[in-house]
Amino acid sequence: MLIAILIGFVFALFLAFAGKFFKGKLSILISLIPLGLFIYFLQYIPNIASNQIVTESQQWIPSFGVNLDFRLDGLAMLFSLMITGIGTLVFAYTSSYLKGHVYLDRFYAYLLVFMASMLGLVLSDNIISLFIFWELTSISSFFLIGFNNTNPDSRRSAQTALAVTGIGGLLFLAGALILGSIAGTYQISEMIPLSEMIAGNAHYVLAVALIFGAAFTKSAQFPFHFWLPGAMKAPTPVSTYLHSATMVKAGIYLLFRLTPVLGGQEFWNTTLLIVGAVTMFYAAFHTLFRTDLKGILAYSTIAALGILTFLIGLGTHEALLAAGMFILVHALYKATLFLMTGAIDQGTKTRDVTVLSGLRKVMLPIAIAGILAAISNAGIPPSVGFLGKDLIYESTLNFNHSAIFLTGLAVATNVLIAYAGYVTGVKPFIGKLPTGMEHVDYPPLLIWLPPIILGVLGFVFGMFPSLVQESLIKPILTSVGRDPSQVHLKIWHGFTPILGLSVLTISLGLLVYFLWKPTKSKEDFIERFEKFSPKHILESLAVLFEKASDLWTRIFQNGYLRNYISVIIVFLVGLVSLTLLENTTYRIDYSSFSRLTIYEVVTLAIMIMSIGFAVFTKSRLAAVAATGVMGYSICLFFVFYSAPDLAMTQFTIDTLTVILFVLVLYKLPKYLKLSDYKTRVKDTVISIAFGGLITILALEVLAQPVNEEISNYYAENAYILAHGKNVVNVILVDFRGTDTMVEISVLAIAAIGVFGLLKLRLKSSERKQK
Amino acid sequence: MEFLLAIMTGVLYAAGLYMMLRRSLVKLIIGLIMIGNGANLLIFLLGRITKGHPPIISESSDVFTEIYADPVPQALILTAIVISFGLQSFAIILVKRAYKVVKTDDLDEMNTTDEEI
Repeated sequence: MLIAILIGFVFALFLAFAGKFFKGKLSILISLIPLGLFIYFLQYIPNIASNQIVTESQQWIPSFGVNLDFRLDGLAMLFSLMITGIGTLVFAYTSSYLKGHVYLDRFYAYLLVFMASMLGLVLSDNIISLFIFWELTSISSFFLIGFNNTNPDSRRSAQTALAVTGIGGLLFLAGALILGSIAGTYQISEMIPLSEMIAGNAHYVLAVALIFGAAFTKSAQFPFHFWLPGAMKAPTPVSTYLHSATMVKAGIYLLFRLTPVLGGQEFWNTTLLIVGAVTMFYAAFHTLFRTDLKGILAYSTIAALGILTFLIGLGTHEALLAAGMFILVHALYKATLFLMTGAIDQGTKTRDVTVLSGLRKVMLPIAIAGILAAISNAGIPPSVGFLGKDLIYESTLNFNHSAIFLTGLAVATNVLIAYAGYVTGVKPFIGKLPTGMEHVDYPPLLIWLPPIILGVLGFVFGMFPSLVQESLIKPILTSVGRDPSQVHLKIWHGFTPILGLSVLTISLGLLVYFLWKPTKSKEDFIERFEKFSPKHILESLAVLFEKASDLWTRIFQNGYLRNYISVIIVFLVGLVSLTLLENTTYRIDYSSFSRLTIYEVVTLAIMIMSIGFAVFTKSRLAAVAATGVMGYSICLFFVFYSAPDLAMTQFTIDTLTVILFVLVLYKLPKYLKLSDYKTRVKDTVISIAFGGLITILALEVLAQPVNEEISNYYAENAYILAHGKNVVNVILVDFRGTDTMVEISVLAIAAIGVFGLLKLRLKSSERKQK
Repeated sequence: MEFLLAIMTGVLYAAGLYMMLRRSLVKLIIGLIMIGNGANLLIFLLGRITKGHPPIISESSDVFTEIYADPVPQALILTAIVISFGLQSFAIILVKRAYKVVKTDDLDEMNTTDEEI
């Protein structure tokens, strides 16, 4: 199984590097990969049907409890077959749909990564590896949604999708870690027996809330639904793949998978029920106001996802069965509708449902596929959609409280979804062909065959439900710990209230379809409420965030050296003073200090004056001269306090610096007064605080005892070991000789730099550039 | 005397910092020199100052017979003086080059690497 998952990544890598050489030829061959995987998973059908679970474990990071544990049970099987099966058709469809596209190889690489991540997601038993694949689907879908990267709208949609699902992914990681630490294991299958202990834990609600955040963002539940309609900017094969069978179902999958672990609790059920109900009705209502085929499909997809969340929220045996069935039903008809939309878009160059009609005359196979899907979508027998709808009503009717209300909500949603199906699947094909569309090209085989296959499958499964009952539907229930023995899928149940509701849904849907015409003005009407939508709120937040970071950068990273220095110094002074204030007793022992002499006082006075002069003079030359005087004064101090070597060095260096300064800078103009009074006062305050801090620190250190061990060692051994009597010199050239050598090389490097800069002559062209 | 020297060090640091906060490049270098001298003085002071007894062993003896100034801070400062000379000379030449090219020593006019687009 590991190989089955990794093969997608390997081929994607191969395509990314070698894809250019094929120039899009042979692209149909790439669909052999999902097809092969589809067959690979099909061979496990007998195992699954007889309740054998296929597992495979690979050690990865055992010290963290993170392993690549794969587990193929009923639920994983359903998803794997949808991912690879619909994947095969989408891959084949793409080879014709994007024929000749410059980045076709890249597109396939993204698609393969996405497929492989999706497979990893549904097969992972370890919740951490599940998280990793979850994030990989977010990242690869970013590239798929933003595939038309020259279109700013498309890039924006991709960013929105990544932002929403990415935040969800982080929530998932947090939730998974909490869950793992409560349960003591990251294996989902090992958590199931511990579900009661987990529900009793104080952090249960937090973990569930975080996981809900992940599932709701991924599965586009209200109020995080807005990325999904935006993601319609992607090429149609991407929409088909992401929104019918894979990406958006990942959240549903997660909820389904964790139902036996976290489900059955008040918080779990109520939240899912409310969020699902709001989402399904809100989105279904919005389908009325859209005119773009893909826009309508986007909202009906959100509505379908709402229904699934709602069903998982109900949590009863029947509801979970209905959810399992509906995942399959929805994948089949929604993929068909999307593929059909792509064909229409490619043929007529428009997706506006208000202008499309009569297309059956030019693209008959597409019309057949569309009508089949619309029938399944509306739940008309004998399609599989009828079975799905039946199960939904059965679960709401038999729910133990507010059954009537919940059923009414489900009917209302389904009526609107049915309407959406009629508008997208039927309307473009009936009526009169508008002028200008007579010469629409007949779609090629690879464009019309995939939707037909899916549309027909929807009927085959509907007429012969036993095909999927044992192999797929029953094992789903088993995999969430329910007993499937009572499941009998069939079309005809006799005259029951459920049948009545189905008839009601179908006919009300038709009624809405005939009475309500989607128009541009209705779409504009709903656009006015955009201000209040979660999308708008999130976007304003993002803008605010951007502004805040901009402000931050402008304040702290503004490119002015003096600001950096000021900030550093202010913090340094603040922090050190804080420590000093708390821990210091100010004692200055004057008696330990040496006495003043007149020479020292005079030197000090000269030094203070020269510093003041250097700071305040307006002449550059005078400032340099004053700096020289200051250096000589320090030199005198070295003489007073027994440091003749220092005095000599300081004298030489100071002289050299002044000479260099004068030689180089005497040509420069006078200082300009560059800063205003306020700045200077502020800088003065900072400087005095800093100088004061240094003085206090120096006095504090002087009050401490001094350790002379090292000095004594050098002093005692200078002559005995190194045969020199000037201890400072002996330290420099003998004891620490290597350091001195390195120091000399530093000086040499500086000298080379100086020499280079002096000799550098810019060419006239370079000078002009500046 | 130590008390006055401690204050002197503080003055050097304060004046150096003030100069470094100016916009002129030349003042920046002068500030750097002042802080450098302040640091030298600080190390010198913290190593305890001794009057009239340089760390040189007398002709007639192999070891010190009386008190002596601490040689370790002196060795450190000697290194520091030389290294800071390397830094200063390089900075001075750099200022000269920069002035030749952009005709200003105002830091604010140098803080973009490229022409504003």
